[in-house]
Amino acid sequence: MSNIEARTTSEFPPGQHPDMPPPVATSGVVGWVRQNLFPTPLNAIATLLALYALYLVLPPLLNWLIFDANWQEGTSRADCVREGACWTMIRARFGQLMYGFYPVDQRWRVDVAFILQFVAIAGVLIEGMPGKRWFALFLFLVYPFLAYLLFYGGFGLVEVDTSLWGGLMLTLILATTGIAASLPIGVVLALGRRSHMPVIRIATVAFIEFVRGVPLITVLFMASVIFPLFLPEGMSFDKLVRALVGISLFAAAYMAEVIRGGLQAIPRGQYEGAMSLGLGYWKMNAFVILPQALRISIPGIVNSFIGLFMDTNLVLIMGLIELLGMAQSATRDPDWLGQINTALAFVSLVYFSFCFSMSRYSQYLERKLHTGYRR
Amino acid sequence: MKHLKLLAAGAVIATFGGIAAADATTLEQVTSRGQLVCGVNGPAGLTGFGVPDDQGNWTGLDVDMCRAVAAAVLGDATKVKFVPLGSKERFTALQSGEIDMLARNSTWTLSRDTDLGLDFVAVNYYDGQGFMVRKDLGVASAKELGGATVCVQTGTTTEKNLADYFRTNSLELKSVVFETADQARQAYDEGRCDAYTTDASGLAAERTQLKDPGNNVILPEIISKEPLGPAVRHGDNQWGDIVRWSFNAMIIGEEFGITQANVDENKSSDNPEIRRLLGVEDEMGKMLGISNEWAYNILKQVGNYGESFERNVGLKTPLGLARGLNELWSKGGLQYAAPVR
Repeated sequence: MSNIEARTTSEFPPGQHPDMPPPVATSGVVGWVRQNLFPTPLNAIATLLALYALYLVLPPLLNWLIFDANWQEGTSRADCVREGACWTMIRARFGQLMYGFYPVDQRWRVDVAFILQFVAIAGVLIEGMPGKRWFALFLFLVYPFLAYLLFYGGFGLVEVDTSLWGGLMLTLILATTGIAASLPIGVVLALGRRSHMPVIRIATVAFIEFVRGVPLITVLFMASVIFPLFLPEGMSFDKLVRALVGISLFAAAYMAEVIRGGLQAIPRGQYEGAMSLGLGYWKMNAFVILPQALRISIPGIVNSFIGLFMDTNLVLIMGLIELLGMAQSATRDPDWLGQINTALAFVSLVYFSFCFSMSRYSQYLERKLHTGYRR
Repeated sequence: MKHLKLLAAGAVIATFGGIAAADATTLEQVTSRGQLVCGVNGPAGLTGFGVPDDQGNWTGLDVDMCRAVAAAVLGDATKVKFVPLGSKERFTALQSGEIDMLARNSTWTLSRDTDLGLDFVAVNYYDGQGFMVRKDLGVASAKELGGATVCVQTGTTTEKNLADYFRTNSLELKSVVFETADQARQAYDEGRCDAYTTDASGLAAERTQLKDPGNNVILPEIISKEPLGPAVRHGDNQWGDIVRWSFNAMIIGEEFGITQANVDENKSSDNPEIRRLLGVEDEMGKMLGISNEWAYNILKQVGNYGESFERNVGLKTPLGLARGLNELWSKGGLQYAAPVR
């Protein structure tokens, strides 16, 4: 019995054949490689080409990003002696990239605000967290005021003008406000568009189509350049407020269409069932229709969130210096002139880590909620 | 109806705060606020003219202009709020009162001076379009560039100036057009063009970013006029005077050799013009509506024009700009200030 593979089936009586391992060619690493990378000649060629492309791209990229990069501390580009990325600049500018011009001794406030936000969001998002309702109440009712207080100041905290806000902090403020505002407004707009009342329907359709008909950069441009001209002289809204309103309304119009897609996928029977239970319009939507519609819309909603997150850098045209702007401005400093590649690489990494996390969470959410639909 | 409007405006004011009374002059607004709001180069800054350093302090030639006005009006050059502005919103920001003055390398043109409701009050940098070539091309003048390929950024007056210059000098032009300055520079660096053209101050900044800066020269010809200077709202002449004379004080300071270091000694100078400038004699500051120490504060806290120039864009900085047109009139340049009398 020392060499089981060598034997043939005829040596065993029927029913007494021992279990044999699968052929080497179909199991283990070799089997995986054969099945997935080289199943047909065409696929084999594609695999080889892809490997060659990786060979061409990866080593120089890794060299530039990691092995030949400058990791040491320094104060100017003269300290970046090696060929690769100048992370020295990122180190020297890290505070500014994160907080903008926020006063150094007040930056703890930003940290506290974001840690609170992170904890509250984690409390709401993580399944089976005890006291989830309290986390949600805190996040939606208490946190906005707390965040305003921490960021802007008041009640004993030094006031920090919004013109000093910048960097990643500003990006996150813009994105989270946009996300938090666009979802509820989007739901209302979507319901309005499907309403049977003509005034409401026409108003929401007009709003959605108008906003979707212009690029975000135009909305921001209007908010920053044209809007102030209509105000009496000497009176100006805070620039950040203008940007936040612009972004939120813009995102809401897109959100409305995503959610409307979900609403349309709900079969008529659900409405009729809800109505036959005696539910009114609001209860029907709140307890029967919207939970299902939102669940269907998750990929679209997260898609919009990610798009919104990256669109926030358009506020640059208003002179609000968010992460990308801060990185660019670092490369305009005579000390760091021309390090634009490093700056862009850093910004890409930050954006990627945020967007990728959002995308992973949405996939987890889909798996959790979509059990009934999964194929 | 009018009352309703007022009520609405009042409500908005109460909500958002930060509103100055509409009929206060700019000087009154600045002094009551205790801070000058100055529009500078944005969104990301411009090397040498207005850019934040590692500590977040704004530096640059235009920034010094803002600081000089703050020193003159408030006696403290640090009391400035810098508002970085994009090229499109800069004039609106001034018109709408969001900023008190604009120092954002803006070219003084007739249409801006009249139609946009602005007043340019000084020229703190005489710029103009120039050319950069590789040394091995063996060209010493722009007039020898006939038949050369030139990298240029599209959609700018630069592109038009280039075509005009080559036509008036009957040279053959092969231009290669790019969307951004970064692309144009890179193409030039990779050898796709023989020459690269943009504003002379920009050329100097771009040159430092080339692979081998020493192998490139900037040609002497300047083919267009780009007088860059601070602007204020049209109609507030007193404020315009203050900004103009803040700049003039920096020029006169250089003429008399008054620097940050020796301004205190100069207070005891016998020269009547220096005595008037530094507020020892007569009451020049009062005429402007500000402190008599105005010019002293500027020269003490910001320095004279030459100091500011050398510190921000001069030969020892990465930009390495020569004074050129921005030299004093007495040394062959254009910087000239009316006397303090």
